[in-house]
Amino acid sequence: MPAKTESALLPVERSEEIFAAAAAAGRASGVLNLEAMVGAGIHALTRFANNTIHQNVADRSGYLSVRALIDGRTARATTNRLDRDGIKRVVEQAIAIARLQEPDPELLPLAAAADYFEPKRYFAKTAAATPDERAKAVREAIGAVEAASQTAAGIYSTGESALAILNSNGVSAYYAETMAQFSITALAKDSSGWAKGTACNAADLNPLELALTAASKATDSAGPAEIAPGRYTVVLEPSAVLDLVGQMFGDFSATALRDERSFLTDRIGKKIFGDNIHIHDQMGHPLQSGMPFDGEGVPREPIRLVENGVVRNVVYSRQAARLAGVKPTGHGFPLPNEIGEAPMNLVISGGETPVEEMIASTKRGVLVTRLWYIREVDPYQKIMTGMTRDGTFLIEDGRVVRGLKNFRFNQSIIELLSNVEALSPAVRASGEETFDMVVPAMKVGEFNFTEVTRF
Amino acid sequence: MKQIAQNALDAAVRRGISYGDVRLIETEERQVSTKNGRIGNVSSSVSLGLGIRVLDRGAWGFAATDDLTAGGIEAAAALAVEIARASALAKKLDVVLAPEGKHEAEWTSPIRTDPFSVPVDQNLALLFSIDTELRRNKGVTLAEASLIFERHRQIFASSLGSLIDQTRYTTGAGFTAHSFREGEIQKRSYPNSFGGQHQLKGYELVEELRLLENAPRIAAEAVALHSAEQCPEGRSDLILDSSQLGLQIHESIGHPIELDRVLGTEANYAGMSFLTLDKLNHLRYGSEIVNVVCDARVEHGPGLGTFAFDDEGVPAQSTDIIRDGQFVGYMTSRETAPAVHEPHSNGTMRADGWARIPLIRMTNVSLKPGRQTLDEVFDVDRAIYMETNKSWSIDDKRYNFQFGCEIAWEIRNGKRARMLKNPSYSGISTEFWNSCAAIAGPDHWTLWGTPNCGKGQPEQVMGTGHGASPSRFRNIKIGSAYAG
Repeated sequence: MPAKTESALLPVERSEEIFAAAAAAGRASGVLNLEAMVGAGIHALTRFANNTIHQNVADRSGYLSVRALIDGRTARATTNRLDRDGIKRVVEQAIAIARLQEPDPELLPLAAAADYFEPKRYFAKTAAATPDERAKAVREAIGAVEAASQTAAGIYSTGESALAILNSNGVSAYYAETMAQFSITALAKDSSGWAKGTACNAADLNPLELALTAASKATDSAGPAEIAPGRYTVVLEPSAVLDLVGQMFGDFSATALRDERSFLTDRIGKKIFGDNIHIHDQMGHPLQSGMPFDGEGVPREPIRLVENGVVRNVVYSRQAARLAGVKPTGHGFPLPNEIGEAPMNLVISGGETPVEEMIASTKRGVLVTRLWYIREVDPYQKIMTGMTRDGTFLIEDGRVVRGLKNFRFNQSIIELLSNVEALSPAVRASGEETFDMVVPAMKVGEFNFTEVTRF
Repeated sequence: MKQIAQNALDAAVRRGISYGDVRLIETEERQVSTKNGRIGNVSSSVSLGLGIRVLDRGAWGFAATDDLTAGGIEAAAALAVEIARASALAKKLDVVLAPEGKHEAEWTSPIRTDPFSVPVDQNLALLFSIDTELRRNKGVTLAEASLIFERHRQIFASSLGSLIDQTRYTTGAGFTAHSFREGEIQKRSYPNSFGGQHQLKGYELVEELRLLENAPRIAAEAVALHSAEQCPEGRSDLILDSSQLGLQIHESIGHPIELDRVLGTEANYAGMSFLTLDKLNHLRYGSEIVNVVCDARVEHGPGLGTFAFDDEGVPAQSTDIIRDGQFVGYMTSRETAPAVHEPHSNGTMRADGWARIPLIRMTNVSLKPGRQTLDEVFDVDRAIYMETNKSWSIDDKRYNFQFGCEIAWEIRNGKRARMLKNPSYSGISTEFWNSCAAIAGPDHWTLWGTPNCGKGQPEQVMGTGHGASPSRFRNIKIGSAYAG
């Protein structure tokens, strides 16, 4: 196996030392079954608005989270005091609150040792990015927006994180990752535009290009018109697809099905989306990020969730898998928890239609940059409400003709994914309503706008 | 702890800054929950760290660390100053702060029972009793109950000479019954959705809420919703319970009055505000019976926004926001107060922990009680009465909102005529508040806690308080969530 990519914040050896100290404290209290999550991170974020940097922060933190398992009882205690006394106290706390419970017959023993795929998502230059480097990139981006006589607001962040999960049954999982984000809103007199990118390697981000995109959207949507709400053909850019469709994936969970709180209850194996919808969860996808194991240290397995519009699978924590008689997929959250598991590395297969062609093939419709404040209206029909924001355009006769005032939508995701007329190639998309995923832009028929706001 | 905070402040001041403050924070939290007869979560956490905020060369820098060794504190102070100097590379104007006094104080929020003194097995026994009571109704397919307790001690030290030691206890408790039947999921929550009621109290809150006593009714309502008729679409007079009205205040008054939003500093994420500066003292925000305050003082009640000093060391205050329907005030900070010609901050800067900077956040933004009795609020020929939030959404300037509630009843001649499912209403913030026709009096006023308000980049989650009593609104758009 190749050597692990380590973060200097939390070398593998240090995580093992911490676990050894925790295990010793457990043994001293007569508890042999212990699981530890050891984490560390540095995150820095330069924030700008009104064409100036107005907030600029960095934080460094570490933690130890211990789960004690005692005769069918379990509890978790967490601390950021990682000296010997802090470690001893957190172990004793986990043991004390576990012992106050009645045994749970469904609780499983600790997970067993496993091998992990090790994606290379740690970039030393990103980890070492300085406040000056971020400030200079921000200054250039602001300059591009100012050149369009607009006002810029946004963030540039860089950081690194490391996480180890170890247990007294041999699990020793470790992962380190860097992450950079640049997001910008360009504000004009009566319009705005937005763009955002994220990448494990800051060199893969182009802040200036994102700034120019945002400024161009603000320019093109100036003087927005109001058109009546109703059902429209829409072209949803990847961020809009992500933030709306991304709301359904918490339901692709065996525990959610068992609880009958998932919209997939009574729908597994059925065709509920269009033929052109294929979704899988793939931690190792080259555009993905995130750790290769779950909250108990089970390796994340690739899993096919939707094929030709048919829901084929959900994901399983160890406990959910035991109850269902299947193998765990490596998507469980740290125990104890109420919600079980969820897919975390989603990939919605794309097509071959660029956004420009989607627009060109639309007689009358709406181009949507991003969506905002999305909340669930109906959990089984999966109706979501929310707003368009920062770049909403009218399409007529195959051309973007003008900006529009923003709409409120009330749209079933099931219906949306049944009405997809075209898909672009999939990209790594980021928004503000859910975590990053790999998704295409979509042209969708009969999208349900119910109201128009004042801008 | 005070010495550590003072050392950190000294480390920053030594570097020649023009202003600095330090917040050293120790938190302890416990979460206990049950789900369908089993433990959902039993966990506890402690955290200790500090954040150093400096103003240098007219620009802000901030660094936070949980390494409280002398070396760790020096490194954080040096980084905060380095960041401030980098900020100055892209500044337009120097930051100028409104003056503030030097304060030395110790304060602990009043509690009757330390929530951490109640053992976990006793917490679980209560939650399992609720769970059993909910699932006694066979139509309930998922029962969830939870408790959450937090103790938050903060030492604030600033280069103005302030040294403030403040400890706040918060408690939250609630439960939800879900019912799945024939392709429909319904739910009812008590005393509120999203974790129940949350206040600046000890364990006494749990005892006051009468959780077990209300479980059979909540279970029965969750199941009965399947048989109820769909909330119609159209226009109607609308009566809201105080918890839903609390969230309505939060979204359509609380966020728009944040002066940082108004000035554009949240434009990339949380958004801006329709309350541009020209509207101060000129906008009719609501009808004449609408009076709203932003009040962090203990006298206002045990809210999630109650404290002695904010995170800039400014004393807790009460500020009129809407007076007799007229918009008269924003929430401000030391940096933003001059923009509205105020000599001082009105004390609303709060951070969600040691690793984050303070932002303007709602304290307790509350609708003052009205003069009507509850019977008078309901005394209409026809209206729809909605209870308990289910979904909430509003645009990024806070004009257009839509709320869904868990349950509604059609009101005829002042009485509940029939239950309605899937209720929702929508509108424009100022039009909604100008339609306010009746507000129940102080006997029906409750200070609700919203524990999950998000704002800022990196995002911060804050608890806010909202007092309200049941109120009636004229001619509101109903049911559009299911329209089309």
